[in-house]
Amino acid sequence: MRLRTLLALGVALSLGGCSQILRGNEEVRGTGDLGVIIERAAGRVQVVETTGRTVLGEIDGLGDLSHASLVFSRDGRYAYVFGRDGGLTKVDLLKRILVKRVVQGGNSIGGAISQDGKLIAVSNYEPGGVKVFDAESLEQLCDIPAVPASGAKASKVIGLIDLSEHRFAFSLFEAGEIWVADLKNPHKPVLTKYPGAGSEPYDAFITPDGRYYVAGLFGEDGLAMLDLWNPEKGVKRILANYGKGQEKLPVYKMPHLEGWALTGSEALVPAVGRHEVLVMDHGRWQEVGRIPVHGQPVFVVARPDGRQVWVNFAFPHNDTVQVIDVPTRKVVKTLNPGKGVLHMEFTPRGEEVWLSVRDEDRIEIYDANSLEHLTSFKSDKPSGIFFTSRAGRMGM
Amino acid sequence: MRSRIGALALLSVPLAFAWAVGARAVAEPTPARQAELAYIVRQDCGSCHGLRFKGGLGPAILPENLKGKSTEALARVILEGVPGTAMPPWRPILAEDEAAWIARSLQKGFPDAP
Repeated sequence: MRLRTLLALGVALSLGGCSQILRGNEEVRGTGDLGVIIERAAGRVQVVETTGRTVLGEIDGLGDLSHASLVFSRDGRYAYVFGRDGGLTKVDLLKRILVKRVVQGGNSIGGAISQDGKLIAVSNYEPGGVKVFDAESLEQLCDIPAVPASGAKASKVIGLIDLSEHRFAFSLFEAGEIWVADLKNPHKPVLTKYPGAGSEPYDAFITPDGRYYVAGLFGEDGLAMLDLWNPEKGVKRILANYGKGQEKLPVYKMPHLEGWALTGSEALVPAVGRHEVLVMDHGRWQEVGRIPVHGQPVFVVARPDGRQVWVNFAFPHNDTVQVIDVPTRKVVKTLNPGKGVLHMEFTPRGEEVWLSVRDEDRIEIYDANSLEHLTSFKSDKPSGIFFTSRAGRMGM
Repeated sequence: MRSRIGALALLSVPLAFAWAVGARAVAEPTPARQAELAYIVRQDCGSCHGLRFKGGLGPAILPENLKGKSTEALARVILEGVPGTAMPPWRPILAEDEAAWIARSLQKGFPDAP
C-alpha cells in the first residue's frame, strides 16, 4: 500500500517535470543539502533538506539527547550522534534509519571523526576519557582514560577535535591539561600531554586550517592555545585577564566555542560571565576589541563570508539573537525569534540561517542577508541543527 | 543590580530564619509557577545536570544522589551557587520559596515538565 502510494507519487512527480529519479521505491538524491535536527527531549532526530526547506523524516530511539551533538561521514550520508547517556548512534540520512547504536560510556559530551573518516572518537564525562570506534562497525578500538599526571581522579573530557594525520586533541576539565592522541595505530594511541593549560577548560575550537587548537577557560579569564605547527612550544595563554578587576556574572549556560567566528583577520569569541563578545587578532592572538551585547553569549557564529556574526544568549536572555556587523563591530539587528533559542546553523553557502527555538517547539528560518524572517516549521524541543556541509570541514 | 542583590541578601537572612523555624508555614509556589519552575529545572538546569538529572558537567541530582542532604542546604546551594565551581547562584532568578520547592521536588523525584 505504502509502496504503491510512493510509486504513484513518483509517477506524479515525474509527470510534473520534476527531475527526481526513482529506482524501485528508493529516491536517488545528493546529500549536500541535508541536515539533522536534534529533538532532545524525544530522543529523536529530524532529517531535513535546505533546498525546499522540508523535513524528510524522523529517526527515533536515540536515547537521552540532552546536549547532543554529531559529526557526519565524509560522504554526508551518515551522522554519528553523541548522546548524553553515553550512546553513540549511527543514522542513515538517505534511508532515514538507525544503523547501529552502542552505549559506550556513562555520560558523554561529544565526539569527532578522523580526517580519513575511519575513526569516531567520543569524549566522556563518566568515566572521564576518550573512546575510539571503527566508523563502519562502531566496534571499539581503544580507550584513553583521562587520568592526569598527578594521578588524580579521571577528568571530564571536553573540546575533542579531529586533527590532521590521524590525531585528535582534547582537554581535561578538572586537570586543566590538553592532550593530543596519535591514532596511526588505532589500537595503540600515542599521547602527548600538555599540563598546566589553564583552569577548567570548558570547550575548544580549531582554526579551519587545523593549526591552532584553542580551549576556553572557565576557572580563569583567558584561553589556552596550542600551535600544532609548533607543538614543542607548548600551550600559550591568550587573552589572559580579559576581565581583570571585574566580577563575573552568574553563568547559567556555558558558552560554546564550536562554531566560533573567524572573520578575515579576526576571531570573535564569547566572554564568560559577561555581556560581551571578545574580538582577537587571529595570528597574534591579542585582544583588539569588545562588543557589548544583550546577554551572556553562548554561540558566536560567523556567516560563511565572515561579514556578519550571529550571537545567541544564555538564560534568561535566550529569547533574543543579535547580529553583529564585523567591520564596524556594531550590533546591527536584534531579533526575538522566541523563548529558548539554543542553536544557529547557516546553510552551506550562507544565504539562510536556521534557529532552533526550544521552548516554542519551532525551527525559524531567516534570510541571512536581509535579516528578514522567511518561514518556520514544527520541531519537538529542538536543540542542535547540523548541516552536512560540516562533513568537509575539520573540527566540526 | 548590585544594590538589588544586596537588598535580597539582607532580606534572605530573616527569610532563612523564618524558613528554619517555621517549617509548618512552607510557602508553595502557585501551580502555574510550579509548572514554569519544573520547565526551567528540566531544561536549563538540565544543560549541566542532564535532562534526566543523571549528571553532566554538574553532578547527578536524582533522589538517590540527594539522600541524606537537608532540603534547606539544597535550597541554599540553588540560591547561592557553589563558589569555585560552575554552579551559579540562582538568586537573581528564583525566590526563596521557589528554591525550597525545587529542592523538595528534586528529593522526591521531579515532576515532568508539562
